[in-house]
Amino acid sequence: MIRIENVSKSFTLHNQGGAVIPVMAGATLAVAAGECVALTGVSGAGKSTLMRMIYGNYLAAGGRILIGDVDVVAAEPREIIELRRTTLGYVSQFLRVVPRVPALDVVAEPLLRVGTPADEARDRAAALLTRLRIPETLWQLSPLTFSGGEQQRVNIARGFAHAYPALLLDEPTASLDGANRETVLDLIDEAKARGAAIIGIFHDAAARDRVCDRVIDVSRFAVAAA
Amino acid sequence: MTPLLQVNGITKRYGARVGCADVSFDLWPGEVMGIVGESGSGKSTLLNCLAGHLDPDAGEVLFDTRAEGPKDTVTMAEPERRMLSRTDWAFVHQNPRDGLRMGVSAGGNVGERLMAVGARNYGEIRGNALDWLGRVEIAGDRVDDRPSAFSGGMQQRLQIARNLVTGPRLVFMDEPTGGLDVSVQARLLDLLRGLVRELGLSAIIVTHDLAVVRLLADRLMVMKSGHVVEQGLTDQVLDDPQHGYTQLLVSSVLQV
Repeated sequence: MIRIENVSKSFTLHNQGGAVIPVMAGATLAVAAGECVALTGVSGAGKSTLMRMIYGNYLAAGGRILIGDVDVVAAEPREIIELRRTTLGYVSQFLRVVPRVPALDVVAEPLLRVGTPADEARDRAAALLTRLRIPETLWQLSPLTFSGGEQQRVNIARGFAHAYPALLLDEPTASLDGANRETVLDLIDEAKARGAAIIGIFHDAAARDRVCDRVIDVSRFAVAAA
Repeated sequence: MTPLLQVNGITKRYGARVGCADVSFDLWPGEVMGIVGESGSGKSTLLNCLAGHLDPDAGEVLFDTRAEGPKDTVTMAEPERRMLSRTDWAFVHQNPRDGLRMGVSAGGNVGERLMAVGARNYGEIRGNALDWLGRVEIAGDRVDDRPSAFSGGMQQRLQIARNLVTGPRLVFMDEPTGGLDVSVQARLLDLLRGLVRELGLSAIIVTHDLAVVRLLADRLMVMKSGHVVEQGLTDQVLDDPQHGYTQLLVSSVLQV
């Protein structure tokens, strides 16, 4: 489902004398449907950089990133938008939403975007918020007023609302208590069972061991700082 | 599928000065594109050339018309272009006073667009106007008030209702949230996002507010001195800018 071939990345800092900083070269990996692969490596090794390139958020300098049959590196913006709408989900570490939109609508939005009827989308959003222990009294409030852990759970509910065939998870269990961590791991297991290909970053080793089938150390793709 | 709008080599000069130079892009149905850049970068000049308010010196703007497919709106006869701007196009001005008739009631402002495309039944026009005032969160009992009695945020929402009532396919917006305080801005952004999704609109939004484009636009074009220096997916351009000017722009935003 996800195939990454020989991907490289460098950053050019035009406002600092045009310094070019190569950070990654030769990144290659593949994730099949129903499989969960963990990216590991020390802080700064390029885990998030690689994940952002897969999502199209960072521009790869070279190589190919295939999600199904779309090459994210060469795709037009509208193809990536379509890919993100239907196929590729991403749970980032931080929630970014329009201010004053209720949590329930934030979670339901990905479903509305794929044409799910509004009632059905709300029911699914409500079910996810319940599972993730967000009290019903908060559903009509903007998640920007929530605590860090609550925001993270709204973000996860949003990421799992639509059954994306490919899913990227950036520290999904960070800042969660035991019970909620279990729920998130169950959601990941359920996504795998329905055939989702998942790439995740987990600092929590126990969580990683429980849901991941393989581990890829991205430090071997890192370019040594010159 | 054909692009809704194909822009090729649009150039506008003011004497020896460059307004915008050699701008080309395609806009697809349902896409929202943001144009950012500092004051004087040519973004409003470009928007006005695209919307038929300014005559470009070179280039073509092909709009996919309902009846005849793609037609160049630059060389189109004036009556035909005026018809487009009343039906398939909408233009939301930064200052609502430029887009509203201040001496006419709120309902009249919305109804006028309908009458311009041939609506004649008073009951239907009023019903339609009331429906649209509701959608932009203006209470029905204000329908007979003049916009001069409205707050800035309400005027802007009324301008949006007036523009969208004829079911346009392409909306041009020039700093739509520019003069509004932040709480009103947030509500307007949410409203615009909902309308764009529900109605499947395409839109081109000129702004200097990077937070606004991040929330509203799928794609982003960055202009400097009349030239497009970078374009791409909005979050990619903002999070991993490639051009020096974009890097400067993104790194200059104050964190709240």
